[in-house]
Amino acid sequence: MEDLSRFKQTYFDESAELLAVAESGLLRLTPGEVDSDEVNAIFRAVHSIKGGGGAFGFTELVAFAHEFETVMDGVRNTSIPVTTELVDTLIRANDVLGQMLAYAREEAAAPPGTTDDTVAALRRHLAGGPAEAAAPEPAPTAQPAAYPDDEDDEAGIFGDAMVAISAAREAEEGTAGAAAPVPEGKLRWTITFRPKPDLLLSGNEPTFMLRALRRLGDATIDCDLRSLPPLQALEAELLYLSWTVTLIADPDVDQEKINDVFEFVADECDIRIAVEAPVPAVAAPPAVQTSTDPVPVSAAPPPVPAAAAKPPEAAKGEPAKPRANGGGGGGGEHAGLTSHTIRVDLDKIDRLVNMVGEMVITQAMIAEHVRDLPPGEFQELLEGLEQLAQHTRELRESVMSIRAQPVSSVFSRMPRLVRECAAATGKEVQLVTSGETTEVDKTVVENLVDPLTHMIRNSIDHGLEGPEERERIGKPRAGTVHLSAQHRSGRIVIEITDDGRGINRPKVLSKAIEKGLVQPGASLSDEEIDNLIFLPGFSTADQVSNLSGRGVGMDVVRRNISSLGGRIGVYSAPGEGSRFVLSLPLTLAVLDGMVISVGEERFVLPLTNIVESLRPKAADLHGLVGKCDVMMARGEYVRLVYLHQLFGIPKAVTDPTRALVVLVETEDGARLGLVVDEVLGQQQVVIKSLEANFRRLDGVAAATILGDGRVALILDVAGLREMSRHHDSGYSRPPDPGQAALPAALPSPALEPV
Amino acid sequence: MKKKVLTVDDSRTMRDMVAFTLKGAGYDVVEAGDGQQALTLIGANKVDLVITDLNMPVMDGLTLIRRLRATPAHRTLPILMLTTEADESKKAEGRSAGATGWIVKPFNPDKLISVVQKVCG
Repeated sequence: MEDLSRFKQTYFDESAELLAVAESGLLRLTPGEVDSDEVNAIFRAVHSIKGGGGAFGFTELVAFAHEFETVMDGVRNTSIPVTTELVDTLIRANDVLGQMLAYAREEAAAPPGTTDDTVAALRRHLAGGPAEAAAPEPAPTAQPAAYPDDEDDEAGIFGDAMVAISAAREAEEGTAGAAAPVPEGKLRWTITFRPKPDLLLSGNEPTFMLRALRRLGDATIDCDLRSLPPLQALEAELLYLSWTVTLIADPDVDQEKINDVFEFVADECDIRIAVEAPVPAVAAPPAVQTSTDPVPVSAAPPPVPAAAAKPPEAAKGEPAKPRANGGGGGGGEHAGLTSHTIRVDLDKIDRLVNMVGEMVITQAMIAEHVRDLPPGEFQELLEGLEQLAQHTRELRESVMSIRAQPVSSVFSRMPRLVRECAAATGKEVQLVTSGETTEVDKTVVENLVDPLTHMIRNSIDHGLEGPEERERIGKPRAGTVHLSAQHRSGRIVIEITDDGRGINRPKVLSKAIEKGLVQPGASLSDEEIDNLIFLPGFSTADQVSNLSGRGVGMDVVRRNISSLGGRIGVYSAPGEGSRFVLSLPLTLAVLDGMVISVGEERFVLPLTNIVESLRPKAADLHGLVGKCDVMMARGEYVRLVYLHQLFGIPKAVTDPTRALVVLVETEDGARLGLVVDEVLGQQQVVIKSLEANFRRLDGVAAATILGDGRVALILDVAGLREMSRHHDSGYSRPPDPGQAALPAALPSPALEPV
Repeated sequence: MKKKVLTVDDSRTMRDMVAFTLKGAGYDVVEAGDGQQALTLIGANKVDLVITDLNMPVMDGLTLIRRLRATPAHRTLPILMLTTEADESKKAEGRSAGATGWIVKPFNPDKLISVVQKVCG
């Protein structure tokens, strides 16, 4: 049944179209002039929305659509006159139906009373019409059960049933099995089936019915050929046969199941059904006997209402699942129904993204080739290419925005999670969210669910104190978890802040030492201690709780985030709370980068990381004994990272005063000076995953293909910082004849921006 | 050889659901958006069962049933009415037009399959 959920998107899209059809029809509806085609089209639109809604169990929507439809039916059969007031009401009803669809799409219940006014208005028209208008359909209440005509007999039998149950001894005359005793634990049914001659002309096939009976148990079928005429008198489309079936069946085969076989033919046949239990059976009477009066079969089988009730039930079970459709197409916007949208296969968009990516490369390549052309001679070509570059950029942004989705689809899952966690831990928690409309690539959105779930659990479980403890220390009983999203310098930054106890640094440190993650006696900064929680296998909870301790640590969260090209950091103040900061790229496909060269190699630095590039003077450089070099830049010391050393590149410029230093900043605000040979220029690059094509490398986020066809690595600044730390621990500056010893610190503002 | 079912409905959602359900149960499904399209399609396909909505633009379901029954080749073709209008008058009309049986929307996929099996084996 849940398979039908895949049609929800189709349903919502189609319903949006139908609403538009109904609306334009309603707007053309002129009092006194009724165009029956127009009215029919409106009726059909509402009717189809109702029908589909029923399939997905949107009971409130269906109830309202039913009211709407009833009035439209009155208009259609002219029992309700078309007045200006009626048209107003119907247009309003169409709007309300749109709202109901939007709620259904969001899997949310409509606020109580959403439909009340409109329903009342609709019913006034129904009541106000001529007497015969009000009569046919009693105004139903907003209960699905109120229109039994639609649901009470999901599949029924034409006309009055003539199925009768009788002892029907005569039916057993001459049947083979009649004399034999009924086996223990079974029932013996005797079914006499005398169809009318024109049964075949309704498309019914007795063979299928006999087969169906055979599936119910051990059947002996006798065919009565007595009515068969001589061949020349036989009409091929008429039926001359009748049958007597003796069925030995398990007790779970009941009258309903047998009636069901003859569901559509009951009034075209004479059907008699009798049942016998085994003789020793005392409790059950040997034969069920009821009156031979026609028994309306539609009233007999309980499975019918049960079956009708099924779809809503099953549909209700669905929302718990990932909303493949709702999340994917709608973007969680209520406006989705009224906006003009088309459905596009994700593969098509991805192909488009890919093509645009290739186009960006081609454009970059052309730009490279024409760079040295004399401007005077090729003025128009160069101008054209300039425009092409701009259009390419705009195209890229437009295409990327197709894939963008608001993070609300992830954020909206969190309240429930918080409630569950609060209940499980006995803590009082208030969740505050902000920036839900911030958009980011679909893939990023989808992959945020797990990390956020884990981090929020973590904040509640480990971060927040219990209500009593909070009261004791003067905090409000309920802890607050704030989940926020915002765009910041070309990335999306998501923060999870709690006002709990903060990270217990002594405990974290001792745990890390105990686990051998940190050397005893090592001196770590507060920030470094806080970040220990991201190390693999780290868990501070004294006992693994049901919530956080599911074998998934913060290291997995960090790995998930970094696989999306993101980074995570934690800031904590003891007693005041913790703040986890996730920073993710907006798109995973294209990057604005700065191409740099080191020796023969080319690298790309994400533009978002770059602060500036400088050529330092010797006076700005300082060596720290046994450690790294630092550079004074804008009044602060910045650690220098020699890319040629980290990546072992020969023939690079090793002297910072003759090379360039690109000042970069990580998401958490740490600065580094990357020593490179040259800065070649800014370029959009298409990100090619290194992990998918090769393997992960420290300090490298991905790879790309440059305009000249060369492969260049895209650097990961935070990763470089980590690498340089390790590198520096066993580091001594390479001997450089001209630069044997750096002068001591001198106040030196003389930096040359490049 | 798979049996072929023609589903006739102006609602794409309904056609999709009928088609999905029946394809899953091993039937071939062809779709038509109204009675007229259905008549065109049925001329080009050997269809074992027709499932039709009643209220449709261009040609409604009852007309379709009557037209089919008027064609010698389709006099015994199973035709199910798929509709939300399950009131007695519709049923009687459907029956006198020559419908084999009916299923009420919203339908339960299992029920649909069982009814389809009932009338076309």
